[in-house]
Amino acid sequence: MTNKKRIIISSALIVLLFGGLWVMELTMNTASMLFVVLKKGAIYALLVAAINLLQGFTGLFSLGEAGFMLLGAYTFAIFTIPVEMRENIYQYYDGGLVQFTIPVWAALILGGLVAAFFAFLIGFVVLKLKSDYLAIATLGFAEILRAIFQWDKLGVITNGSNILRSFPGFSSVLFPFGVVGLCLAAMMLLINSSYGRAYKAMRDDEIAAEAMGINLFKTKLQAFVISSFFAGIGGGLLAMYQLTVKASTFTAALSDELLLIAVIGGIGSITGSVLASFLYIAANEWWLRFLDQETFIGAFKIPLLRSGFRKVVFSVIIMLIVLFYRRGLMGTREFSITGIYEKITAFIKKKKAAKGGAGK
Amino acid sequence: MSEVILRLDNLTMQFGGVTAVDSLSMELNEGEIVALIGPNGAGKTTAFNCITGVYTPTNGAIYLEGRKIIANHPKRRGIKTFGGSNKKFEKDVIIRTPDKITKLGIARTFQNIRLFKDETVFDNVLVAKHMRSRQNVLTAMLRLNFKEEARMRKETKELLEMQDLYRYKDEIAGSLPYGLQRRLEIARALATGPKVLLLDEPAAGMNPNETLELSEFIRDIKEHYGLSVLLIEHHMDFVNQIADRIYVLDFGKLIAEGTPDEISNNPAVIEAYLGVDEDA
Repeated sequence: MTNKKRIIISSALIVLLFGGLWVMELTMNTASMLFVVLKKGAIYALLVAAINLLQGFTGLFSLGEAGFMLLGAYTFAIFTIPVEMRENIYQYYDGGLVQFTIPVWAALILGGLVAAFFAFLIGFVVLKLKSDYLAIATLGFAEILRAIFQWDKLGVITNGSNILRSFPGFSSVLFPFGVVGLCLAAMMLLINSSYGRAYKAMRDDEIAAEAMGINLFKTKLQAFVISSFFAGIGGGLLAMYQLTVKASTFTAALSDELLLIAVIGGIGSITGSVLASFLYIAANEWWLRFLDQETFIGAFKIPLLRSGFRKVVFSVIIMLIVLFYRRGLMGTREFSITGIYEKITAFIKKKKAAKGGAGK
Repeated sequence: MSEVILRLDNLTMQFGGVTAVDSLSMELNEGEIVALIGPNGAGKTTAFNCITGVYTPTNGAIYLEGRKIIANHPKRRGIKTFGGSNKKFEKDVIIRTPDKITKLGIARTFQNIRLFKDETVFDNVLVAKHMRSRQNVLTAMLRLNFKEEARMRKETKELLEMQDLYRYKDEIAGSLPYGLQRRLEIARALATGPKVLLLDEPAAGMNPNETLELSEFIRDIKEHYGLSVLLIEHHMDFVNQIADRIYVLDFGKLIAEGTPDEISNNPAVIEAYLGVDEDA
């Protein structure tokens, strides 16, 4: 398969995907569960891929994702709330300090940059730590950040422990798909570049990587900052989806959830992360909802089905995945058009060969 | 007389009360193959780790082409365990991490092979080219570095062809037979563009035939890339075949140096290393 052919097929598929989404939005009820899954799944795909960039490709075990998402979400919210609404929202803080707005795209990128900047500062200190210790340090960082954003004294900017709202969201599912698609493409390009190879070398064997002239600290910091940048953008998108931002929702449990999805998808596979995100969100928000409702067939009440049972079933599924599917859905493989094309051509050749053999 | 390319000056490495390397001074001339031998635990690998920056030596300095690249001298509590004081050198501290040493032109292989086992043979060597590439994250992400990338791939291909490894380029490194893994590790070290090559037991676990091939291989690459080679080895046959000079370590101390002939007739070496003939 030539390079040109690959590009043509890829772009055709992308156009088909976006065209399909557009048609779906025109013809179907956009308030349906499917669209919830598509929107939230896309955002989660970006967040999980950002975690995977660290965990799967660089071998850094970080649990600070929620902290960087918080930075992205707050930055986005603070700079996009319309000026006339600020009096109302910052009611305890005289309308707040920031009295201007910037465009949505600029606010998203700024959110990513703020997250990246904090990642640079914190990474400078904690990236000398290894494995579990790094996880603890980053976890602590995220928790501290959450507390600071609820601090009364910073209320003129963060609105204390009150929620931020009234900032623009997105109505079309095409918006999160577009932004996430761009970010994922950038991530894939990075992973397949010389730097991606250096990250993987570091993950496989730090001592050998260092002997190959790879500066461990610098390279780790770089990966950490880039991952946090995407986490920040993801946080901004999540804010746009939820239409409210509250610091107390960016808990360690959120980081854990994202890490879990990364494990389900396969540590070291971006396409696996994307696939797992959509499946996880669909299962969590949609397919397993019926477990939470008391259901009667005639006069017979189906046992066990009650509020909260979904979480039990979900935990069992996750345990099964971890026990029997340890490498996740995709392992370290990536879904690629070339791979599928090769498989199909190999299959056709085999068929032809079999036919030819039978004919003789 | 050729020039000294690598020089160790009174190198000492202590771990707590244990002195692994004790005032080791040695020289490697340009274009030479020098072997460092000694019984197990004599401090050979520790010396290597000091040269490559993995350990910071307790005392002493290392020079590359006359330039001091690593230096350290004991201070405070260190002086007590070190058992000597050299106050005038206290300020003389140069510590470099292994990646900086590699950049200066010292490449190494490891005693227990350390390849990137899940990557292909080609990628293993390509990683080593990253260090000297001219690019940054942004240009790499946007593929503006395609010329640089093409150059790296071309050089890697040439290197692999030269080592006769190119036909394995798509194999996973961990699946190669042992001898080829050793060769690949040397090829990877060469890809960093070194002046000095340190080989840690390159012939370990090889049969006599493979050993012979390896010694020819090392001579070839030495000539082709204009290297100086320092190697640690246990096989005396191999060392005698290949080395211009030999240094013998025992309990961290240098007990002898000289040509292979001198060493195999040196009584101290025979006692410490080759074993005393009890029948005599």
